[in-house]
This record gives sequence, structure tokens and C-alpha cells, in this order.
Amino acid sequence: MTINTRLYPLLATIAIFVIAYALSYTQFPAMLSTRVVGNLLTDNAYLGIVAVGMTIVILSGGIDLSVGSVIAFSGVFIAVVLRETSLHPLMVFALLLVLSTAFGAAMGGIIHWLAMPSFIVTLAGMFLARGAAYMLTIDSVPIAHPFYDLLQGAYWLMPGKGRLTLIGVAMLLTVAVGALIAHRTRFGASVFALGGGEQAARLMGAKVGRTTVMIYAFSGFMAGLSGIVFSIYTGSGYPLATVGTELTAIAAVVIGGTILTGGAGYVVGTLFGVLTMGLIQTYIVFDGSLSSWWTKIVIGLLLLLFILLQKGLLRLSQSRISAGHA
Amino acid sequence: MVLSIRSLSKHFPGVKALDDVDFDLAAGEIHGLLGENGAGKSTLIKCLTGAYRRDSGEMILDGEPISPSSTAEAQELGIGTVYQEVNLLPNLTVAQNLLFGREPRRLGFIDGKAMRREAERMLKGYGVAIDVARDLGSYSVAIQQLVAIARAVDLSGKVLILDEPTASLDANEVRLLFNVVRGLKERGLGIIFVSHFLDQVFDLTDRVTVLRNGKKITTETTASLDRMELIANMLGHELERVERKQRTAAGDQAPPRETIIRFTRMGRKNVVEPFDLTVHKGEVIGLAGLLGSGRTESAEMLFGIRSAPEGRVHDGETVVNLASPRDAIAAGLGFAPEDRKTDGIIASLSVRENIILALQAQRGWLRKMPRNEQKRLTDRYIDALDIRTPDGEKAVGDLSGGNQQKVVLARWLAMNPRFLILDEPTRGIDVGAHAEILRLIERLTDDGMAILIISSELDELIAVSDRVIVVRDRQHVSELVGDEIQRDRIIENIAAPDNRETVA
Repeated sequence: MTINTRLYPLLATIAIFVIAYALSYTQFPAMLSTRVVGNLLTDNAYLGIVAVGMTIVILSGGIDLSVGSVIAFSGVFIAVVLRETSLHPLMVFALLLVLSTAFGAAMGGIIHWLAMPSFIVTLAGMFLARGAAYMLTIDSVPIAHPFYDLLQGAYWLMPGKGRLTLIGVAMLLTVAVGALIAHRTRFGASVFALGGGEQAARLMGAKVGRTTVMIYAFSGFMAGLSGIVFSIYTGSGYPLATVGTELTAIAAVVIGGTILTGGAGYVVGTLFGVLTMGLIQTYIVFDGSLSSWWTKIVIGLLLLLFILLQKGLLRLSQSRISAGHA
Repeated sequence: MVLSIRSLSKHFPGVKALDDVDFDLAAGEIHGLLGENGAGKSTLIKCLTGAYRRDSGEMILDGEPISPSSTAEAQELGIGTVYQEVNLLPNLTVAQNLLFGREPRRLGFIDGKAMRREAERMLKGYGVAIDVARDLGSYSVAIQQLVAIARAVDLSGKVLILDEPTASLDANEVRLLFNVVRGLKERGLGIIFVSHFLDQVFDLTDRVTVLRNGKKITTETTASLDRMELIANMLGHELERVERKQRTAAGDQAPPRETIIRFTRMGRKNVVEPFDLTVHKGEVIGLAGLLGSGRTESAEMLFGIRSAPEGRVHDGETVVNLASPRDAIAAGLGFAPEDRKTDGIIASLSVRENIILALQAQRGWLRKMPRNEQKRLTDRYIDALDIRTPDGEKAVGDLSGGNQQKVVLARWLAMNPRFLILDEPTRGIDVGAHAEILRLIERLTDDGMAILIISSELDELIAVSDRVIVVRDRQHVSELVGDEIQRDRIIENIAAPDNRETVA
């Protein structure tokens, strides 16, 4: 059995990550330490979580531009509520997740029932969430709560003194759950169906409206979860935080091998997309002489590479079909 | 009867899409449904599959009256449909497509192994050995078609509608498909087969129903069906009172007319066999043939919409290159396409904007046509063509079909072309407007314009054409001139069985 062409982008993503890591290692052997690995997971935890939600959205052929603002709102919401009330953080988390999920569901509802492009609806959501964050406060609000100290201090010391933190583990778990949902449930099948073509999906009996609402609710939930992780990571809430994170997440999804027009991709690929982007940043830190904007240049080039790869694969599979391989 | 339809009617604004149609389908029968564009085939199917709600009449499936409101509901009732365009998802695997919405689950998660087994079981008996774990899109259209059938049969299992399933298949693939369809017939399914390939209809079906203009014309058993009669039934006979054009007999020497433009070796593999065409000043050329015979493709080639690799266009002594509609317009050609809704008018723009569209495009967007000039042109054509609109600023989408068609005509007339191609200019418009457009064609040719007209209405072609070219199976098979232009002669030429390998 030959390899399914749908696997090529995922394999390319993993290959690029492995090769990039190997190249970095030959230059800086320290990069293979568990410390670097632990930091890679911790530093990119919030991005990885939100990118899982984004993967589902993009697989369905949509886009969610609101997530960066929702993360910022989440941080501010948690910080302000903890400062103003005596609620337990877990209670606040639950409240926030309900809010962010409902926010996503509402956007999904508008996208479906008003037949609006997801781009515009979530752009409105982006401004709304950012504005709501400013309404709560315009300052950076530190979070001081014993439970937070507990969360921030929770890690497992790996051999080699690397720290596998709670939020790093949370990201890995999220990816696993996301992969299960996308690839092993009927909801996931409907997501792929929508990405393959709404008309055909409807004719095949997919519940288009319900699925659309669930997709954006899922992305909203993930943005909320990412906001919680980000607040643990930074220990504060700030309305100006994570500007543009939605675009970084989209980049991670595409570098992860998911096709931007929807219908093909893997959640695991997104993890590698996030890690590849983190790896570039780590390399630049190790090098010391390179400016941080090199990160952006390399990410830009990688994106371009993947877009070209996708086009190439599309051509390949089309020419195969026209060549009559049945 | 597994399915009975009684006096089914469906109206759209300005059109009676289905008018009191009866239709019966027995279990274990393959029933062909024939008709030209706009005959009502797809409306009938859409009423059956729940895409449209009927206005009146009843549909009885297995003794129970049904009234499906969605494709999903029709499927559950037992009516499955496979369309010409495969309506499955190429980005999912074969197994996912077959079992979409019914995936076997274990502990809430899809059970991949069970799914593969189930999919392989469903495909058994279809004569295809394929890897169900691969993407559907990596297989040929024929295989995709079979997968679609397998899914429809498994889901529905009483009535299977095949809507132009062979349009993009080659002879071997058609044979494979037909074997499968015959197998399903043995299993007792009622099958409705829609196709415009007459040979396939004769080959496969038990009975045939012909629709025309929303009415049922006839239902007959295929064995007793006469090919000529069938075609006569499909093609229109609506224009008996239109005056026939004065013609000289075929043998007489008509005064030689000035050549406007000469096309040679226009053709392309799998589209139309190469043909030559010389266009003279002031003549009307009719293009007759059934739907799918290559008549529209021929016209599109003349206008540069489709490329003809070996084709040459001689304009007087010079050879011109018509690689795009833009070039064709520059060379003085015009083309009013068949489906004005998608190709012709822009419904949300006004009558004025639609009329000046091509003219403005020719001038280039930098040289905007002065507003009063636009208005003068618009008023002139509203007047000349008797377009029924309060003024030039009304959106074209709000006009009736006949008036929309006149706006498309006005657009090309405003360009003052030397050679105008009209593809089904009278499709879907009322009888009054019909005759008006034919009169208009005569008037235009009196002024020296040459017109090529494509039509399923034979009487219309007979009424206006100086010569009629018959297209059959992607070939220009004959040309009738003068006295030869008669209904029977045309039908005879269309009906001759094709040379292609017949499908076993």
C-alpha cells in the first residue's frame, strides 16, 4: 500500500522539524537537553492550545480571528475577578470557559444563519473581545493568589533538570483530545465534510448549522483555555497582550500541514507547527547575535514553502486522476 | 408500482416548470427520463428528492403518499440520487464517504476497523476492488460514481435516481456502470435514468418518458420505441404559425453573397470534431442537434471561449487570432449565451448598465462612455426591442424572462456586430416574445448582419434559417439548404445512429 497523499504535508512538517532540530543540535549541542525541550513546551503552551481550536476551524474551511483578543480578555477577566471577589480561581476558570465558549457559539450561529463569511464575523468578535478587555481595565493587573502559586510551581523534573510544567502537559493533553475529536468522532467527520464542500456535505446529510456552531464554540473554548494558561504563564492580565496571536496560530496550523481552504490536515501536525516556530525562536536566543525579527522572516518563508507544497500536491493528485489511476 | 406520481405541478415566477405530470416506476425497472434543457427533468427530480416542494399533485411511494422536505428525508424514505457531478467529498476516504453519518462507533469513538469492514461489504457486488482507506478524490470519476451509487442504494434501497451519470465517463466506464445498474435492477430497485445519450437510453432502459416544456409527452416501452419519433417528441413543435422564410430551391443559384468571416478546422479532441464554417453577409445559419451533441461547444469555439488548436479564422485576406471573447468582440462577433441567468445578464445591475457592458468593455475602462450617450443608447434599444421596463434604471433581475433575453440581445446589438451567435435565444420566454425575437432576427439580417442560431425548437430554426447545420455526437454531420430545410429531414439527420462503439 502506498502512502496516502493526504499524509504528505504532515510528513513534510515532521521532517522539517526533525531536520531543523538536528541542524540546531550540530551547532549548539545543548539544544537537545530536556531543559530546552521543557521550555519549548512551556513557552508555547498557550499558542499550542489555541492553535488546536484554530485547526478545527480551518479544517472546516473557516477562520477565527477573535482568538487573540479572547486570550487577552480571559487574562484580564481572571485577574480582575480574582482581585474584586473572593471566588476560587477554579470557579473563575469555569465561568470564563462558559463565557468564551458561548462567545464562540454565538459567532458560529451568526456565520451560519446569516450566511456571513467567518472572516468578517470573527473580525467583529476580535474587536468586541479586545474592547471588552479594555472595559475591565486598561492596566496590567497582577494575579496574586496562593492557588496560582501552586499552578505555576507545578512541574515534573525530567532527567537532565528540564522542567515539564503543568501548562506544558496541558498543551500536550489538549492536542491529544483535539486529535481524537477531529479524527475519531462524527463531529470531526462533519468538520472535514464541511471543509470538503458545504453543498456536498449537506446532500450527504451533515447537520451543517449545528456543526458550524460547535466548531466556533470549540475554538472559543480553546481560546479561553489558552487564556487561562497564558495567565498562569505570565501571572497577570493585560488587555494589550497577545495582539496578533490569531495570526501566529493560523501560521502554526498551516506550517502544521493543514490546508488553508479546509478539508485536509492533522491536529498533530499543528503541534509540530507550533514547535517548529518555537524552535526557530530558541535557536535565535542561542545564537545571541541574531535579531528577533529573523523569527518572523523564517516563519514567513516556511509559510510560503507550505503554501507552495499544498499547491504542488493538489496538482499532483489531479494529474494522477486525469492519468486514470483507478 | 414502487413509485407513482400523479398530476405533479410546479411553478416558478413566469414559468410552468412542471404541468400536470404523471410518472410511474415499477420495482425492477429502469425508466429513462428524456427531454431537452428546460423540459422539466431536473424539476421533477428535485421534487422527488425534496429539494423543491411541489405546488400540487401527489407522489406515492410503496402505497404511501410522500412529501419529502429535504434530501435527507427523501433518502430515509427510500429515494437515493446520484448526480452527474459526484456529490461526495473527495477529501474523505472511500469508507468515510460510504458511511458518513452512520459510522460504526465503539465507546463513542469511530471504530476504524469496523468501518473498513463495513465499507468493503457495501462495495461487494459492484465489481470494484479498491482500498477503502484512501481518499475518494484519488480515484477516477467512474469509481466515485460507483461509490456514490453504493451509498445511495445502501441508504435508500427503493428508488435510485441516476441524473446524467455517464456524462464524464468513457465507454469502458459506462459499461462497468451499466453492469452495476443492471445488477441493482435484478435486486428489485426502481431506477430512474436521466441521460441525453440516446444510445445509452435504448441500451439500458425498459421504458422511456419524454418531457417537453414541463409537460409529459409520452411514456413508452423502449423495445417498441422509434428513434425518429422519440426525437420528434423531444424537440419542440410550438411555432406552427410563424411564417416560413422565403427561400430559393436548393439547386438554384442564389446570388453570391459577400463573405464576412471564414472559420477552418475549428475543433478540439473530445469536444467537437473539426469543422469549417463560412459566414456570409445577411444570412441566418441554424445549428440543430440534441442537447450534448456539441452545438453549444461549436458556438463557444467560434467565439474564442474554447480554444481550437488547429482552428484558423480568416477575415477577408488576413488570418485573425480569436483566442478569447475579447478578441472575438474586437473582430466584430457577438455571443448571447444559452443560460442567460448565469452567463448573460447581471441581475443586480440596471437595464442600462447591462446594455452598455460589452460596449464599455471594448472602449476600455478609462474611456467612460458619457452618461447621456448611455441613456440615448438604452432608450433606443428599449424602444427598438420593445423591452417592457419602466425605465433604463430598473434592475434586470426584476424583468420577465423574455425581456431579460431582449436586454442580452440589446447588449450585443449595441456593439453592432457583423456576426452574432444566439444560443437558445427563445428558451423559457413566452410565445409572444418568442415571435418578436424571430421577427427581430429577420430585421437584423436585412441590414446585413449574419446570425448563427442554436435552438431545440426545430420550427424556429426552420422559420428563420437560410441553411441548417446538423450536429450529432460532437460532429457536424450535414448541412441542409433551401428546400431541404424540413422538419423530417432534420430529425432524420439527428436520429441516424452514431458511429461510436455501442455500449454492450
